[in-house]
Amino acid sequence: MFNSKQINKLAISFIYAIAIIVALILLFLVSNILINGIPEISWKFIASPSKTFEAGGGISVQLFNTIYLLILSMIISIPIALGAAIYLNEYAPKNDFISVLKTAIEVLSSLPSIVVGLFGFMFFVLKFNFGFSILSGSIALTFFNLPLLTRSIENSLAAIPNLQREAGAALGISRFETVIHVILPAALPSIITGIVLASGRVLGEAAALIFTAGQSSPNLDWLNLNPFSPHSPINPMRPAETLAVHIWKINSEATIPDATKISAGSSAVLLILVFIFNFLARYLGNKIYKKMTAGK
Amino acid sequence: MEQNELFKQLTKKSVASKKDIFGKYLSLSALILIGITVVAILFFVISRGLTTFTLDKINPFRFLFGTDWQPNNVDKNNNPLVGALPMIFGSFVITLLSALVAAPFAIGTAIFMTEVSNQRGAKIMQSVIELLVGIPSVVYGFIGLTVIVPFVRNTFGGSGFGILSGIIVLFVMILPTITSMSIDALNNVPKIYRESAYSIGATPWQTIYKVVLRSAIPGILTAIVFGLSRAFGEALAVQMVVGNSPVIPQNALSPAATLTSVLTQGIGNTTEGSLQNDVLWSLAMILLLMSLVFNLIIRKIGKKGEMKNNV
Repeated sequence: MFNSKQINKLAISFIYAIAIIVALILLFLVSNILINGIPEISWKFIASPSKTFEAGGGISVQLFNTIYLLILSMIISIPIALGAAIYLNEYAPKNDFISVLKTAIEVLSSLPSIVVGLFGFMFFVLKFNFGFSILSGSIALTFFNLPLLTRSIENSLAAIPNLQREAGAALGISRFETVIHVILPAALPSIITGIVLASGRVLGEAAALIFTAGQSSPNLDWLNLNPFSPHSPINPMRPAETLAVHIWKINSEATIPDATKISAGSSAVLLILVFIFNFLARYLGNKIYKKMTAGK
Repeated sequence: MEQNELFKQLTKKSVASKKDIFGKYLSLSALILIGITVVAILFFVISRGLTTFTLDKINPFRFLFGTDWQPNNVDKNNNPLVGALPMIFGSFVITLLSALVAAPFAIGTAIFMTEVSNQRGAKIMQSVIELLVGIPSVVYGFIGLTVIVPFVRNTFGGSGFGILSGIIVLFVMILPTITSMSIDALNNVPKIYRESAYSIGATPWQTIYKVVLRSAIPGILTAIVFGLSRAFGEALAVQMVVGNSPVIPQNALSPAATLTSVLTQGIGNTTEGSLQNDVLWSLAMILLLMSLVFNLIIRKIGKKGEMKNNV
């Protein structure tokens, strides 16, 4: 039969084959999305509103909604995640109460996003009467986002050496001031990287949004900046279909004749956005790190 | 008198400690807010899910094991047809099979990155994994719809929508999750294990298979359960390719439905408070309870692994 050297060779080449297959899967996926999608992208596609029953619609409103929801949910979730992470890393004693809270964060991160969306639907859309709105959607996204963001900020804080905290204590300033003025600035690069990565994830989320931000997009009047008007782009109480929800909806409802083309274009736009965010996360992280450590 | 004043001055809280207490409670309140949110989600979803059994008086046993899902119709005894078994079965079959296919690929890739390849190869695969994670789930669903469903239809016949397509889509979606966690598990195996194996003349493969993989088993199992949990909760991508027909599937090609796919389609089409709506919330409750179960399993594995490493 085989000796151990031959088995070794066989097994190692098998491992190589698996890695190559996985890389080919990615290559196939990305090239498929980009090759089918990029020809559909044009200025007209990006800048014109979608159509419900005819061909030739664009994605301007969906694109705007996606970015707006992302920003709003980040405004809500960053302070909460930051606070929770500061407490967990700087203050938290080791007791049952804290470990229950830690478990709660883990549970939240493992909940299916559709369940989070349904809770948002029941609680904010119906009970609080926010309706299908950007506000409901961004709160649902916050739930989806909080656990990962908290963990990433916590890791960033934990990576700062204790020497910094001791230096603060030696100067006689409070622990909280040490955190605000010493620890946070030092951890900022990796916190920003974490936030940008989280944004990339939020961009593509749809399941938590279909029942909270809704699946319709009223025609917007871009010049109307009155936040209470239903046609104003910045009104947080209007329903807002995002790009990811749009892809899902036009494929499952099939009322638009060119749904495949529009989804291909939208998928490519979404993918490119996500890639930009991933790239930005790395680039910013490196750059800020260099600036703060005075490296060249 | 003077001493008293001095005592007061010395024991008074300093400005710094006041600031500290302020900061401490401010940050604690953020943490507690997350805790309250989680409790609220659990409480409201579960209590809403239970109304099927309390208010509508559906027998939980019939709900869990009934095979007829037509919430708008009743059987000859005037019982509503709300058997959820087809969806529960569909969710489990698709989840388990996709993890079964994904695990070897994920573990193989993880071994490649940590044990076999040079740094450059590992770096390339690292970006591959990161990019796979980044692709949004609706995009996976869209690719499933335009590539995998036609492929299955042309190769195996049938409509193409069904369990097999669902498994293929989920396989790719959970592959990066399992891979990146397996990498952590393999990296946690102390270097000295490998060196000891090499020093007694083991080949690289013997080292990997008999030493490294075995000591990483708890971590790899955790990775697989994470993959299962993600697959179980994935909604839109599965819903787009699975065919959405709530019957117990006959074979790998027949259309099926999962808990998530029925929820995605149904919630918007039923009126709040009706039986049809209540049973959907019961499905959501099952989803939620299952994710708690996965969480529990992960904890159990983690504890076992810790004990083993301490011995």
